[in-house]
Amino acid sequence: MRKILARPEAIPIFLFIATFVLAAAKNRYFLDFGYLLETTSLFAEGALLVIAMSFIIVAGQIDLSVGAMMALVACAFGKLLQLGLPMPLAILAALGLGAVLGSINGALVAYLKLPSFLVTLGTMALFRGAAQAMLASQSVALPPNFVGIDRQVLAFIHLPIPLFIVLIFALLGGLALHFTHFGKRLFAIGTNEAAARYAGIRVARAKVGIFVISGVLAAVAGMMIDSRLAVARYDHGKGLELEVITATVLGGVSIAGGKGSLGGALIAYALIAVVRTALGLANANAEIQLTVLGTLLILAVGVNRVLESRTGARRITA
Amino acid sequence: MLRKPEFRTFLLVVAVFVIATLRAHRMIEPTAINSLLLWIPLLVVMSVGQMFVIATRGIDVSVGSAVGFAAMCTGLLIKSHPGINLWIATATAVCIGTGIGVINGSLVAALKIPPIIVTLGAMSIFRGLSFVVGGSTQITSNDLPSSIVRVAQEGPIHFGDVTVSWLLTLSMLIALVAFLLSKYTVWGRNVFAIGSNPEGAHLRGVPVVQTVFGVYVLCGMCAGISAMMYINRYGFVNPASAGQGMELTVIAAAVIGGTDVRGGRGSVLGVLLGAVLLGVLNVALSVLGIDADWQLLVYGAVIIGSLVLNRSERK
Amino acid sequence: MHSGTGVEARGIVMSFGGAPVLKGVDLDLRRGEIHAITGENGAGKSTLAKIIAGVYVAREGNVSLDGHAVNFRNPREALQHGIALVHQEPLSFPDLTIMESMFVGHLPRGTGGTVDWPAISIRSKAVMDRVGLKQLPTAPTSSLSVADQQLVELAAALLHEASVIILDETTASLTPSETANLFSVVRRLRDEGCAIAFVSHKLDEVFSLCDRITILRDGAKVGEVRTVESSPSAVVRMMVGRDIDLTRTQPRSTLGEIRLSVRMQWQRTGASELALDVRGGEIVVIAGLVGSGRTELIEWIAGIGGRATGQIHIDGNSFRRDPHEALRAGIALVPEDRRKHGMLLPWSIQDNGVLPILGRLTKVWKATRKAQALMVGWISQLRIVSTGPNQSVEQLSGGNQQKVVIAKALLAQPKVLLVDEPTRGVDVGAKAEIHGLLREFATNGMAILAVSSDLSEVLTIADRVVVMRDWAIAGELAAKDLTEEAIMRLATGQVTHAA
Repeated sequence: MRKILARPEAIPIFLFIATFVLAAAKNRYFLDFGYLLETTSLFAEGALLVIAMSFIIVAGQIDLSVGAMMALVACAFGKLLQLGLPMPLAILAALGLGAVLGSINGALVAYLKLPSFLVTLGTMALFRGAAQAMLASQSVALPPNFVGIDRQVLAFIHLPIPLFIVLIFALLGGLALHFTHFGKRLFAIGTNEAAARYAGIRVARAKVGIFVISGVLAAVAGMMIDSRLAVARYDHGKGLELEVITATVLGGVSIAGGKGSLGGALIAYALIAVVRTALGLANANAEIQLTVLGTLLILAVGVNRVLESRTGARRITA
Repeated sequence: MLRKPEFRTFLLVVAVFVIATLRAHRMIEPTAINSLLLWIPLLVVMSVGQMFVIATRGIDVSVGSAVGFAAMCTGLLIKSHPGINLWIATATAVCIGTGIGVINGSLVAALKIPPIIVTLGAMSIFRGLSFVVGGSTQITSNDLPSSIVRVAQEGPIHFGDVTVSWLLTLSMLIALVAFLLSKYTVWGRNVFAIGSNPEGAHLRGVPVVQTVFGVYVLCGMCAGISAMMYINRYGFVNPASAGQGMELTVIAAAVIGGTDVRGGRGSVLGVLLGAVLLGVLNVALSVLGIDADWQLLVYGAVIIGSLVLNRSERK
Repeated sequence: MHSGTGVEARGIVMSFGGAPVLKGVDLDLRRGEIHAITGENGAGKSTLAKIIAGVYVAREGNVSLDGHAVNFRNPREALQHGIALVHQEPLSFPDLTIMESMFVGHLPRGTGGTVDWPAISIRSKAVMDRVGLKQLPTAPTSSLSVADQQLVELAAALLHEASVIILDETTASLTPSETANLFSVVRRLRDEGCAIAFVSHKLDEVFSLCDRITILRDGAKVGEVRTVESSPSAVVRMMVGRDIDLTRTQPRSTLGEIRLSVRMQWQRTGASELALDVRGGEIVVIAGLVGSGRTELIEWIAGIGGRATGQIHIDGNSFRRDPHEALRAGIALVPEDRRKHGMLLPWSIQDNGVLPILGRLTKVWKATRKAQALMVGWISQLRIVSTGPNQSVEQLSGGNQQKVVIAKALLAQPKVLLVDEPTRGVDVGAKAEIHGLLREFATNGMAILAVSSDLSEVLTIADRVVVMRDWAIAGELAAKDLTEEAIMRLATGQVTHAA
């Protein structure tokens, strides 16, 4: 029992159940399984970014540009299709663009040794600025055959396609982060970067790697949001980084790096989805939700920090 | 000389100004100059506060929302009490900004939560709270006594049609105070000692926690002053747009002015020049007929560009 | 003239991560007296000094100053009571000028919290003369040598008008003339009524400078003597708890081929080429003062940091200089600072041990069982005292931690082993064991290049000693010519080495 409670997922699961029960008590929509499944499509893009953010924060970095990368890829993808590029090529180009954007972040952080929060704050403006410069305030309509991913379900099991995509990436991400040497090295870098370098780990390469992962997942998310909303706009996913980072740290990934689990982060994101859905059903506007998210972010990190310092003290005295 | 970031920024200001003037003569007409001089004050005050934060290796991305929230609250106060003394209104804005700074400072300095997390959270919280207090209302010039807006339009000095407004005068005074604070006070020097070597400063008995706390309070206070300046200048407050995205402009001004993002270095003069540069860029873009849609891209490029160029070799 | 009884510490207990460092130590620092705190590496000298200066808070025990209980919670409180610590590694404020660096934490105030810059320039000039600093007060701190930064630290303590000054291994990086200068300043301070603590294991300095000596061993006080009533040999006996039996390890009779060959040049003005070869079966020790470039040299060989150009050959093959490539080429490093660079503290012995060789265990997927089997073997071979491979390294003693770091280096099956301070913070028993292990590896054909500040260690393990001074090789000594004096002469530049 104690071992189960010590897992990093324990607290997020507990919080998720509590929130869910509370929400269900207020609103019976939460007992409608079909409705819940449909709702997951709204949060699929965010979930993909949570997967990426877990890699980044575990390695002691942060990526504030995820929402902006997603928007830039979404716009570029829409534009490419509008220009008549065949679908498979456009998808490849979008993924490639995501990788390039991520590697810009990665190179600035890893090779120029600039703090990631500043680099990605800058590229957040740069990437969204590029999206805005490209499309201005117009929106590009997507071809009809690409629209409506959120309404598609997988045959037989009726799983919405976006949720299915998230599950696939979660599985891959979970395996990579928790069961491979690559993941282990990221935890090492997050725990003590200098010691990781002394142990012969190619720290710069790993850092570029996680930012590229982030860019590619943002690209997938960008195409998904295009399909779901049927248009590409520069303000897609604006402020999405906030709920993504909040979920990741609420899920037990230590903001200082070196600790956490992908499962915990995704469960915490489900919790945030429940909160946002409940607030939405209660007609709370987007700005109230912003306040709630901001508070959650500070609380998640603050409580974690207080707990860490207390267990740390206990370990020393024991 | 060229190694001084202040001098480099100055050269950039001149270069942008000259190029823009060559392309469009409207750049040196009074309308453009006046709009430049109106654009600078808010940015100077906010960037100066940000400089102290960055000098301690921190960041404050909540300043835009702090301006929005403080402006909204103050605007509502003026709307409900039309005859209110302007100084009381100003004091309200400053107090609200300072309060936000106190919250940020406590979380960063005492709880040791990374500044980007604290201020990212505060940024959303206070943007949301602007709506909570404002609801669907917005403050327009009809709600404000004309004396408020006059502060931005009139001033002590005139060169032909160019006016140095009270607002600009005030911002320069604040910059001067910040300069004195950074060079000639124990607190200011402690800020730079901490940025240069946090652990060393602690061992030498510098009150690190209190000083870092103070830096965020100062930054919040500057945001509060800017909130009042925002009302003066625009005569209009909308809970969604007031101060929205301003943190990027402010951070861009601070880093292009040579503030070392790894701490320990920064100058008020540099930040002042950084703000002027962004102002000139902004006016130049509009004079050259480049769409407002390019603005964000330019800020992003400026931030990344100065991060790359100003990074110090030693740390 | 300062009055009062000085500092009294009673029953000080301290531990780091479960490992006890001080086990109830008493210490009296009387005014007008220089008091040495001595003991071997890891005896707890520096920790005791830092507790008195408020850097660490003791788990148990009390400190009183002039009869009043003080128990400082941070360095600031200690400084306010006039207790200053001059650190082993000087604090550096690279962005500030020298004069401001000295005043950090103690800037003279004018009216209303302003900085009294005129007072700073006058007082800094005076204090710089007093400690023998010749630079311009307005020069940037980043331009100072390590020794001068140390003097800036002492100057800072003087500026604080400290009446209790603790010097923590301050002479480690000073030349004899700098040391003499420091000592005359310290004696003058004593005569003015300051209480001075001198933390050092250099007994010649302790006996020439100090009035009283407290000897620590493994975190306990084993004696307090007056210098005039004691002798270095008696103190040494107390330090090690027995007569010295660090016998020279027996070198291999025949050396192998050259395994490590280094030709390099620092990118600093006036640097000449530096050449160094180590043969299989040979243990070469680099001696020299702290700051002479020893650590930088072996870290450079391991692919880490350092601005230098040059070539490294392992068994005749060169490689791209980078920590990862160095490891692949067969170089393993045991770094100087094991807590910062050698281990991931919260991680287990096993996770730490296999970290550099993950890719050799399996290609992609984690191989926990394989790693465990490997680690269990090394734990028994190196006699690492632990509850098993899954114990966190944080809970191990210094000596066992060091063995984990060595095991980690050996798991990479290196051809060349670089060891920076093989036994820093390690108790006497483990020290002899580690020396034995190094000899064993050398006998099996490995080339070993070590850096050591501990002269008795150098004499014990070295087949050949390379002495560095000012980032260059000052001279070489073969095993038969080895004496402490010969090493120190080269290290301090008293005699240039005749080739």
